[in-house]
Amino acid sequence: MSRDQQLQQQNVARTVRRVLLGLVLMVGFTIALVPLYDVFCEVTGLNGKTASSAQVVGGAPVDTGRRVEVQFVTRNAPGLPWRLDAMEQTVWVHPGEVALARFAFVNVGQELSSGRAVPSVSPSQGARYFRKMECFCFQEQWLEAGERSEMPLVFQIDPDLPEGVNKLTLAYTLYPQGQAIGGYHEQ
Amino acid sequence: MTSRSLPRPVVQQSASEATAGGAAAGHHAHQPRGLLRWVLTTNHKEIGTLYLLFALLMFFIGGTMALVVRAELFQPGMTFILPEFFNQMTTMHGLIMVFGAIMPAFVGLANWMVPVQIGAPDMALPRLNNFSFWLLPVSFTILLSTLFMEGGGPNFGWTFYAPLSTTYAPPSTSFFILAMHLAGISSILGAINIIATILNLRTPNMRLMDMPLFVWTWLITAFLLIAVMPVLAGVITMMLLDINFGTSFFDAAGGGDPVLFQHLFWFFGHPEVYIMILPAFGIVSAIVPTFARKRLFGYASMVYATASIAILSFVVWAHHMFTVGLPLTAQLFFMYSTMLIAVPTGVKVFNWIATLFRGSISFELPMLFSLAFIVQFTIGGLSGVMLAIAPADFQYHDTYFVVAHFHYVLVPGAVFAILAAAYYWLPKWSGVYPNVKLGLTHFWLSVIGVNLTFFPMHFSGLAGMPRRIPDYALQFADFNLLSSIGGFLFGISQLLFVAVVILCIRGKGEKAPAQAWEGAEGLEWTLPSPAPLHTFDTPPEFVPERDSPSRH
Repeated sequence: MSRDQQLQQQNVARTVRRVLLGLVLMVGFTIALVPLYDVFCEVTGLNGKTASSAQVVGGAPVDTGRRVEVQFVTRNAPGLPWRLDAMEQTVWVHPGEVALARFAFVNVGQELSSGRAVPSVSPSQGARYFRKMECFCFQEQWLEAGERSEMPLVFQIDPDLPEGVNKLTLAYTLYPQGQAIGGYHEQ
Repeated sequence: MTSRSLPRPVVQQSASEATAGGAAAGHHAHQPRGLLRWVLTTNHKEIGTLYLLFALLMFFIGGTMALVVRAELFQPGMTFILPEFFNQMTTMHGLIMVFGAIMPAFVGLANWMVPVQIGAPDMALPRLNNFSFWLLPVSFTILLSTLFMEGGGPNFGWTFYAPLSTTYAPPSTSFFILAMHLAGISSILGAINIIATILNLRTPNMRLMDMPLFVWTWLITAFLLIAVMPVLAGVITMMLLDINFGTSFFDAAGGGDPVLFQHLFWFFGHPEVYIMILPAFGIVSAIVPTFARKRLFGYASMVYATASIAILSFVVWAHHMFTVGLPLTAQLFFMYSTMLIAVPTGVKVFNWIATLFRGSISFELPMLFSLAFIVQFTIGGLSGVMLAIAPADFQYHDTYFVVAHFHYVLVPGAVFAILAAAYYWLPKWSGVYPNVKLGLTHFWLSVIGVNLTFFPMHFSGLAGMPRRIPDYALQFADFNLLSSIGGFLFGISQLLFVAVVILCIRGKGEKAPAQAWEGAEGLEWTLPSPAPLHTFDTPPEFVPERDSPSRH
């Protein structure tokens, strides 16, 4: 092998090493995108998600000059024989005021099962101003066959809620728990 | 001044050509014969041929699926196939055409042409090259076998949005994921090889800005592949975990987010669509100057435009998902950044037209396909700008308007460029010119067929016909009838291309000289036709002032 060829082979090896490094960086970036997306959404509330654990009552004074309509919507994901109803469909609150809404869970199935309600707020720019002091959505629920249970939601709308937002819709989707999620055969 | 009056480098006779007939010289002595020759080959030309033939086969398999779809949509109210199977056909058609036909065809062209255009004896990593090709038949055998599995093949669209592809997917989805992984690894290895070849094996004196544009566009495409294939691999791995191991990356029930899937997919998917068009730009930039008998107008601006398109492709992905509920600022950002891409693309179209301006144009087969590419790709580009307008996109989203748009850039765009490349380089590959009569019939039937198929889709889409449905309202009947007739015309006329290729392989036709086209420039035309198996064992002479496409 001539000197030129040797040099060329070294150069090829160097290029390949660099490209592989770029490849590894992109793999790392892809993995990092998942937590980054969560952080991004948490900061901006872009995907309508609210905090996943209880928040303390905000100290800002109640803004009595403004009223916000809060609507509750519930729906069931397939696979759980439960009913979830909002006992109040709509409440009007002043920003800063602590309010209560009650929800009724009924297991209409034949056996003990567990489920979890996952909240989502729209419009999404209102999500991070929706503060929850107490919510059944922070943990999963267990219900015996035929059992009915009423659970409270204690919440507060942050007075910093953007001006244009006068109506918030909180949607709860009830998902089955305690079984493998996804997968065709389980349905 | 035309290129003819310039002094040309002498026709190269490679070492092995000189000793042909007897035992081939030195390191090529133990060449296996028969089938094993093709399995074990590390020669860039043979691997290029394998890639191209594989892509042609996949083009027909994916095309047949498209015709099944068009047959079902021939009339409203008809049940030629069941809706479940219809969904599998649209999905597999997309997957096979994108990953099995267009991408391997471009990689095959790169394998054949990049080394001979830069004066290299072979690809930088010949064995890796063999491996990356043979991954593809394995991958697509697995993918096609899912059609025969219980529950059928993938039925969630080629974009495989979660949870359609996770919670509600057929059990064969894990095989689909494996097939995609293999195809992805093949693309990554191919890209590494192409980058290593272009950056290190250029003949002495050939600077980056002396490279033919096909080489340039492929270099940029290879970097795109390196950047986004890991994202595809990541997203399908997350799907695999969600399906089989109880994670919830894309499942809202477990704290995941299905919209995350769309973000990750399109972060891969948008650069991916440029992977399927940038090499086409390179091909057209080679053919138009040849048959206009002028040098390419604005060589440097072509390179910079290609690079700009590649860079912009990373910041526009969410224009595919305007309707998921993006905040206004994000919609505006993605709308304007998408429209910005029309600028470098416009530069390219302008440069091609400026190359034609006052050229001595002749209309050989490759030129016809290239000119058709320019016109039809521009139609696809214009509907792309319409789709980029966020408020308008809410109307167009998931309608046949989108189907019309991306088929215009991919079929009369990318596929026509691949056909143009085949007609352009077949004399070099086979030693004979493609049959003109057959080629002309193929061209005109293709042009008529493709426009009859896809142009009416603009109207059915604007009238509100949704995509991916096996049946439709009566009001769309006429447009769909036209599309189906056009689809069968286009599909069947591709058999003429197969006839052209077979005639060339069997050496039937007018013998081609080394300089197969009068106005062609580049090192590949200094090689005899057909190009011998081993070329440029010693680097060819390259004088930038005389040979560079960017010379003044």
